[in-house]
Amino acid sequence: MKLPIPEFLKRYWHFLTRPLALALWIILAFGFFAGIIFWGGFNTMMEMSNTEAFCTSCHEMRDTVFQEMKTTIHFSNRSGVRASCPDCHVPHEWTHKIVRKVQASKELWGKITGKIDTPRKFEEHRLQMAMREWDRMKKNDSRECRNCHNFDSMDFSLQSKRAAHMHSTALASGELTCIDCHKGIAHKLPDMSGVPGW
Amino acid sequence: MNRRTVSLLWLPVSAIILYLASITVLQGADNQPPPEEVESLRGAAPVGEVPAAPDLKKYPKEQVPMDLQFVGQPPLIPHSIRGYQITANSNKCLTCHAWENAASTGAPRIGISHFRDRDGKVLADVSPSRYFCTQCHVPQANAKPLVPNTYQPVESLKKP
Ligand code: HEC
Ligand code: HEC
Ligand code: HEC
Ligand code: HEC
Ligand code: HEC
Repeated sequence: MKLPIPEFLKRYWHFLTRPLALALWIILAFGFFAGIIFWGGFNTMMEMSNTEAFCTSCHEMRDTVFQEMKTTIHFSNRSGVRASCPDCHVPHEWTHKIVRKVQASKELWGKITGKIDTPRKFEEHRLQMAMREWDRMKKNDSRECRNCHNFDSMDFSLQSKRAAHMHSTALASGELTCIDCHKGIAHKLPDMSGVPGW
Repeated sequence: MNRRTVSLLWLPVSAIILYLASITVLQGADNQPPPEEVESLRGAAPVGEVPAAPDLKKYPKEQVPMDLQFVGQPPLIPHSIRGYQITANSNKCLTCHAWENAASTGAPRIGISHFRDRDGKVLADVSPSRYFCTQCHVPQANAKPLVPNTYQPVESLKKP
């Protein structure tokens, strides 16, 4: 049986096979390759900006939060598993990642305009920046922590009494999430007066 | 006795006096306690040599609280405090030990004494003189006493 070809497709094909349409072909091909290059480049950019080396390439980060992180358990520990900046600060899934990246471009803007270009200014803005991270982690149920720390794999009997007590109650019931109890896990804390629980 | 014999006699006499004097002086020197062996914290190793470092102390995650030795002793910390920040900005200890948090965290509350300032006045919150907890409370570790100590707790605090 012969499939009926819609009239507009026939006309379109006819149009493309005219000699004059060569230019159109070239444009199409150009668009195709440009697309590949753009997409690849975009992803490469994303990957590149998703490394600790990138995060700490500006002194605002290198001299402050990075130095502070070096003394914590997520930088060096007995098992040798390292958490890098994006592990905690950039979501894994694509859509969340893009959203976070667009937000992060604001931080780059802060750099360009010199909003936080000295440790003193950094300290002044720390509470504001920390609050944004706490809010984000509270809203997504500490998704980045859970990428490494799986609640279902926690063996309470191997944890310290204090940890097991908290994890088996407030955490298990979903009342609180990791960041509610583990603030300041990687960096120095801002002035905590007014923050609930502190 | 003519003058000559007198001056001749002086010779042995002065020799004897000199001898006795030097004996007493030297005897005194002998009676001094021997100079103390001074040892710096790095030990007896000569400067220029690098002595082996002592083992790092172990701070276990949690331990059974140690017995108190006297009334009013600041208890040792029976848990790990790695990474706990105590700064002008924040005090991690108080997130568990403050009175308003103790019930939900199951931690013992800080003693009443922690609300008293140096003049004995009771304040509404932790006294600034008690803010830096690790000034008085240290985690339990496998550390030997730095100096010998023969202190004994009173009968009532002794373990049966
Ligand atoms: C890249 C993976 C990774 C991510 C992401 C991560 N962690 Fe960890 N974390 C670890 C590892 C590995 C250890 C344990 C190291 C050891 O004990 O040897 C650890 C240890 C800890 C500890 C124990 C500290 C101690 O002193 O024993 C806490 C608490 C913790 N993480 C909380 C968090 C929180 C909160 C987040 C999210 C903000 C987070 N982690 C994100 C890998 C990660
Ligand atoms: C209700 C408060 C609370 C919540 C919520 C919570 N924790 Fe904890 N966690 C604690 C306490 C208290 C400790 C023990 C004290 C410490 O290590 O500072 C602890 C200890 C730990 C430890 C060290 C284990 C050990 O044996 O000491 C890890 C790892 C950890 N938490 C990860 C997490 C992760 C990941 C989450 C989120 C999935 C989370 N915690 C949520 C209170 C909490
Ligand atoms: C284990 C997870 C973890 C890692 C790894 C981590 N951070 Fe953070 N970061 C946090 C949390 C949680 C906050 C929210 C504030 C707080 O609790 O200290 C934060 C806050 C910040 C802030 C806001 C300012 C502040 O101090 O609150 C900056 C900037 C930052 N991080 C940068 C970095 C950089 C750069 C790296 C890599 C060198 C890094 N972080 C690695 C968890 C992490
Ligand atoms: C996550 C909550 C938590 C944090 C944070 C915490 N503690 Fe504790 N602490 C406890 C609990 C629970 C106990 C009781 C443990 C036990 O009896 O085995 C305790 C016991 C103690 C004791 C022994 C009290 C007694 O009467 O024997 C001292 C002292 C102490 N902590 C000091 C500190 C100091 C100092 C800090 C900060 C560097 C700190 N704690 C941080 C939960 C905490
Ligand atoms: C100047 C020294 C000093 C400082 C600083 C100090 N404490 Fe104490 N602490 C003591 C002494 C002494 C006791 C025992 C007698 C008493 O309760 O006053 C004690 C008792 C305690 C107890 C046991 C209370 C009980 O009833 O069993 C806890 C818990 C405690 N301190 C926590 C803390 C915390 C948390 C901090 C920091 C905010 C702190 N301490 C700062 C000296 C100090």
